[in-house]
Amino acid sequence: MADAPVFIDPKLCKGCGKCVKGCGFGAISMVEAKGANKAGKLAVVDASACKACGACVKACPFKAISEVRQKVYGTENVESYRDIWVFAEQSGGTVAEVAYELLAKGLELKAQRGGGARLCAVLLGSSLPETAEKSLVAAGADVVYKVDAPELAEYEANVYVDAVSQLIVKHKPEVVLAGATAVGRAFFARVAVKVRTGLTADCTMLKVAETENKDTGVMQMLLHQTRPAFGGNIMATIMTPNHRPQMATVRPKVFKKAPSDPKRKGQVLVEALKLIAPQTKLVRKVKDPAAIDIAAHDILVSGGRGLKKEENFKLLFRLAELLGGEVSCSRACVDAGWCPVSRQVGQTGKTVAPRLYLCFGISGAIQHLEGIRGADTIIAVNSDPNAPIFGVADLGIVGDLFEILPALVKALEK
Amino acid sequence: MHIVVCIKQVPDTTNVRINPKTNTLMREGVESIVNPFDEYALEEGLRLKDLVGAKVTVVSMGPPQATAVLREALARGADDAYLVSSRAFGGADTLATSYTIAQAIKKACGGKAPDLVLFGKQAIDGDTAQVGPGVSEFLGVPLVTYVKELSIGDDAKTFSVTTVMDDGEHVIEGSFPCVMTVLKEASTPRFAPLAGWMKAAKADVKVLDEKALDADPIRIGLKGSPTKVVTIFPPPAKSGGEKVDARGDAAAGAKAIVDFLAKKGLVKGNG
Repeated sequence: MADAPVFIDPKLCKGCGKCVKGCGFGAISMVEAKGANKAGKLAVVDASACKACGACVKACPFKAISEVRQKVYGTENVESYRDIWVFAEQSGGTVAEVAYELLAKGLELKAQRGGGARLCAVLLGSSLPETAEKSLVAAGADVVYKVDAPELAEYEANVYVDAVSQLIVKHKPEVVLAGATAVGRAFFARVAVKVRTGLTADCTMLKVAETENKDTGVMQMLLHQTRPAFGGNIMATIMTPNHRPQMATVRPKVFKKAPSDPKRKGQVLVEALKLIAPQTKLVRKVKDPAAIDIAAHDILVSGGRGLKKEENFKLLFRLAELLGGEVSCSRACVDAGWCPVSRQVGQTGKTVAPRLYLCFGISGAIQHLEGIRGADTIIAVNSDPNAPIFGVADLGIVGDLFEILPALVKALEK
Repeated sequence: MHIVVCIKQVPDTTNVRINPKTNTLMREGVESIVNPFDEYALEEGLRLKDLVGAKVTVVSMGPPQATAVLREALARGADDAYLVSSRAFGGADTLATSYTIAQAIKKACGGKAPDLVLFGKQAIDGDTAQVGPGVSEFLGVPLVTYVKELSIGDDAKTFSVTTVMDDGEHVIEGSFPCVMTVLKEASTPRFAPLAGWMKAAKADVKVLDEKALDADPIRIGLKGSPTKVVTIFPPPAKSGGEKVDARGDAAAGAKAIVDFLAKKGLVKGNG
């Protein structure tokens, strides 16, 4: 039988039975023990039923019950890990926007962490222009670890894993963040496994706070990683108490970029690593001419199931043109074949953060709302006065979109 | 050629809610389904089987009920099936799960890595997309993610794939062994023929527990999981802003929008 998470000292137990009532899991019972105390009873714990909640410890008036610390398996010398890292994804020497968004969050985390933690950016590539590292320093990086090698000319998951893992083992960061892009998601998960730590995907809130490690009872600075689970129906806060680094990914547009300051000072450290050879060969890149990046637009005019058919999107395109925006849609329209997936907003589509999100016939399933959390202003038109979209809209219009949409286009054309 | 396809039984996530009183998941009455993305991975495996005569093994980790998804895979044409199941695996995060599945794959393939391991791009209950890459690390084989199209060389030793990245599609070549995660675009899942169901009903789904896997006890289940879920809570409720009832008066609705846009400086109109 496994060791019980609590210890009941038979010398202190008075057999009163208060712990039996205090336990919410029926894990404690009283046994006859003549002579042990006046009551002649002792409390015993069933290790397989005990959930280590500590309620019995508080219930005992005689301090007879104490929690037993279990052996903790984790990274050695957790205290030696300190800095906060951001993976600075780049393509053709241009740093991805999400890296700046993460550096802005990183500045907050650094302030919360204190203790001399530095904010560092990790930059991989080949023949990288100086502008890349400079922009990272201007965005808040105290240190840029730069690996410039021919093997890194193009993204190849296996070489990226090798480079970032080597840097982590060498420099021991406490926190490592990456954008949950196609690149970030794929290779970062393998990095976490290689360095044997945890990784929380798609965080929507991050903070560092002094927190009790439930396994050791020690107060530690821990990264609180909050993310939606079960399609956004539930939020979960996750921690990595005993392993380092604490790793997380964040989708683009979830955090706001901070103004860059060219006067900021930072160190650029060139890392000469011995890298593995790329395991696969990139033959060519094909850019889909029809592909649009809806996340890059400030104004989105969006349509949902309520549009009823593909040709009704014509009016949305006209409205988008009048407002200087782009057309996006809900998942229903992609499933119906009215729109390509590149236009889809939501949990399985893109997360967007436009200045204006103007939507028609979208009821606002939680997965969709998760995708527009970052929008500054939301205007919704829907025929159902109880549609959830009205719960997040700054302006909600209850009515028939087939009448309102043409009237709006007409008004704006004037 | 030996292909392993990993599939997961997941709750139909659109129905999962939180109990506001106890702050726990309400799973009662929630239907279990095959993770939709894994269906495409299985179809790719079966397509290659039709093409070059590969052997397709399906592996699933989960409670005994998950046998159902394995039987369905057998009915569609998979050759053998393994259920990785034990109470000792409970509470596993992506690291412990990756380790456990990698051990199971090695077991199912006589100690070595198979030519190809296929995963769906992510599972809809966790949406992490981490286990495929994690397994590739434990197996020590190359990783390719977000595969939209897969073709293999005549000798069945090399492959050419199209992957979907943020900057467009990448055409990538490599050699087996490899771990790949597959997108929806890859294929349309087939239906299981009646004869397949009859065969599957009689087939032997082998159950692998921690002993069968020779698993290191400190690397499985809760103990082997670095990440701990500390709290769960319902998403913050939002209160909407201004609401205009424009039923029967479309002009008023349009005017409200134009006025609002003008106020926010989003349009040059004067209302």
